[in-house]
Amino acid sequence: MSTATRSRPLTAPSPHAPAAGGARRRSRTRTRLELALLLGPGLVLFTAFVLIPIGVAAYYSLYSWNGFGPLTEFVGLGNYVDAFSGDVFQSAIGHNLIIVVLSIVVQLPLSIGLALLLNRRLRGRTFLRMVVFAPYVLSEAVTAVIWLLILQPGGFIDELLRGAGLGFLVRQWLADPKIVLYTLFVVITWKYIGFGVILLLAGLQGIPAELREAAALDGASGWQATRHVVLPLLGPTIRVWIFLSVIGSLQLFDLVWIMTLGGPANASATMVSYLTDHGFKRYEFGFGSAVAVILFIICFTFALLYQRFALRRDTEGALTRAVS
Amino acid sequence: MRSPHKLSVALAAAATLMLAACSGSGGDASANGPVTLTWWHNRTTEPMKSIWQGIADDFHKAHPDVSFTVEPLQNEQFQTKVPLALQGNTPPDIFQQWGGGSLVSQLSSGKIADITQASSSWIGPLGQAAQGWQSGGKQYGVPYQMHAVGFWYRKDLFATAGVTSPPSTLDELNAAVAKLKTANLVPIAVGGKDRWPDAFYFNYFAIRQCSVDSLKTAVEKKDFSDPCFTKAGENLKAFLDTKPFQDGFVGTPAQQGAGSSAGMLANGKAAMELQGDWNPDVMQSLSEDKDLDSKIGWFPFPAVPGGQGDPNSVLGGGDGFSCTTRAAKACADFLGHLVSEDVQKKLAATGSGLPVHPAAVASLKTETHKKISEYVSKAPHLQFYFDIAMPTNVGQALNDAIANFFAGQGGPDTIVKSVSQAAAGNK
Repeated sequence: MSTATRSRPLTAPSPHAPAAGGARRRSRTRTRLELALLLGPGLVLFTAFVLIPIGVAAYYSLYSWNGFGPLTEFVGLGNYVDAFSGDVFQSAIGHNLIIVVLSIVVQLPLSIGLALLLNRRLRGRTFLRMVVFAPYVLSEAVTAVIWLLILQPGGFIDELLRGAGLGFLVRQWLADPKIVLYTLFVVITWKYIGFGVILLLAGLQGIPAELREAAALDGASGWQATRHVVLPLLGPTIRVWIFLSVIGSLQLFDLVWIMTLGGPANASATMVSYLTDHGFKRYEFGFGSAVAVILFIICFTFALLYQRFALRRDTEGALTRAVS
Repeated sequence: MRSPHKLSVALAAAATLMLAACSGSGGDASANGPVTLTWWHNRTTEPMKSIWQGIADDFHKAHPDVSFTVEPLQNEQFQTKVPLALQGNTPPDIFQQWGGGSLVSQLSSGKIADITQASSSWIGPLGQAAQGWQSGGKQYGVPYQMHAVGFWYRKDLFATAGVTSPPSTLDELNAAVAKLKTANLVPIAVGGKDRWPDAFYFNYFAIRQCSVDSLKTAVEKKDFSDPCFTKAGENLKAFLDTKPFQDGFVGTPAQQGAGSSAGMLANGKAAMELQGDWNPDVMQSLSEDKDLDSKIGWFPFPAVPGGQGDPNSVLGGGDGFSCTTRAAKACADFLGHLVSEDVQKKLAATGSGLPVHPAAVASLKTETHKKISEYVSKAPHLQFYFDIAMPTNVGQALNDAIANFFAGQGGPDTIVKSVSQAAAGNK
């Protein structure tokens, strides 16, 4: 795909290309004006509601502050030290990492499999696609409440298992500290698998059928064609999915907060649930800000590195080079 | 970056408020003259929403100089909105106040009005109920209704299991638990997911174990090192070892859905629940049973042998309001109106809490609530929930330690230590 992009003549004459120098100058002013007009409001909002608050949070994070009165108790990096040395925050980071790894190891192959399946001509394909995608449309809060009911002791899942003669599999899905994180992961997968499938389906649409046919003519089996032709061409889509999945996993909150509040005994605490617990429930706004800054740095670092090393090939020309 | 976003937005809102503050507003309204009070309360649903509005309208009719802008807010919003508002220069004039340690935390904003003088003429009948809204001998708010925690139970399930009378000692409670288990019933439901219901148990074991003086000192110094608290934890451990709760209780919510602890009691899936006086309303909303009230009874937390605490001391708290400094006089007068006999009778009739004015007890909706109210008024000591009584960070740390203990982590010493550690600023 990148080859195709590169071979495009970069200096294609625009139909409205200005002819004279004066017109070009005027057009440059106009371009600037357009840029200011189009980017300005966005920039102002972004600065006011993203950049400044991040700065303010970083500032608050240096104080021990309960949210009332002036900032008087300067503790330097004390809040950061406290966060990293706390068992609960350490395990919260661990839980986030488990979700990150599980997402890639379980959700990715599952999404690819489903996408390949739903990309074939089969009866009721549109319906099946809709079924797979439907959970993604639900809000996390609604998903959490639905699953809370399904998973409650003696609820739908338990009865289903018992009805199928699998009663021995029944567990305390949300109450057993050893299981709860994996229960949540199943719910996350249920909710987000549709997004991965749709993304990958779109990617599959971009792979010309001729390539598969050519591979078949060369004697490649169905699996070989998939493995050596389709999957490599799906690479950009997969890389984007991984990026979104990791960022989402690191910021996991709504589902956890509604279903378990990070419990029992912090067994399902994530970085953001920990942040909410301490920042808002305990009125430790300085400390909460420090946790928020840590989370921001983790996500930001990951995003930069991933963009630099994994997504570079895919975005080259679009992001890394000035478009003239 | 969704979630840091949320925080960012909150912080930005704070910054905006501060900016707004700089531009100056209003002016001092404490002098006589027309004043409009902004009132934040947490009753977003009927019937209380209209009742509060009606009370404000009545007050305005009697005092034409005082008008109201009533703003009902979701209960959970107070956690974030109040700190932001108190950082700004235009906080609400009256706002929901649960007293205790969170009130003390708010004092450092300098915006909470001292209404000791203004309330002196009418606060008498409230008795010890008003203490939770005091700090350093000064009155910084007033409760309009109190709450008390005790055991709610199903009379029908007690009868099925052959429990003839509500337990009045721990031994009797243990015996009842055993009988209910034999009858294949869940003896007690607890909403362990929400953590605060777990805390009720530790609180009560401590109230029964510790003398009133030890309780007061411990809360004031945020230090639970008195051995009676460890003993309370051990008693709690022994009680947990009898496995009195439903399966998977650490994941059960307290009030949401029929599978919650309140829902279990309402639907006859459990025989008891240690909960506040508000429980009947919660249960009714989770059950189709129109005759629920007659099936539900109440008894106080039983006496614990060997304890220093009075078996009649009660665990509770209350709902109240604080005034901010801008219009403190008018606000205090209004709070006086809220706790007056007439308004108290009106509030008591709604059944949303226990009246603070003794004369209003008779207006309570059910006999059970009258019984609770009587029990509270006779209690030698009303212990505020520990998590509310102490500063928020300490109280929540204690609740978390108790909840972890319910989930099998830590011991009595961890609970005791959590308090002093949080008080020392450890996370």
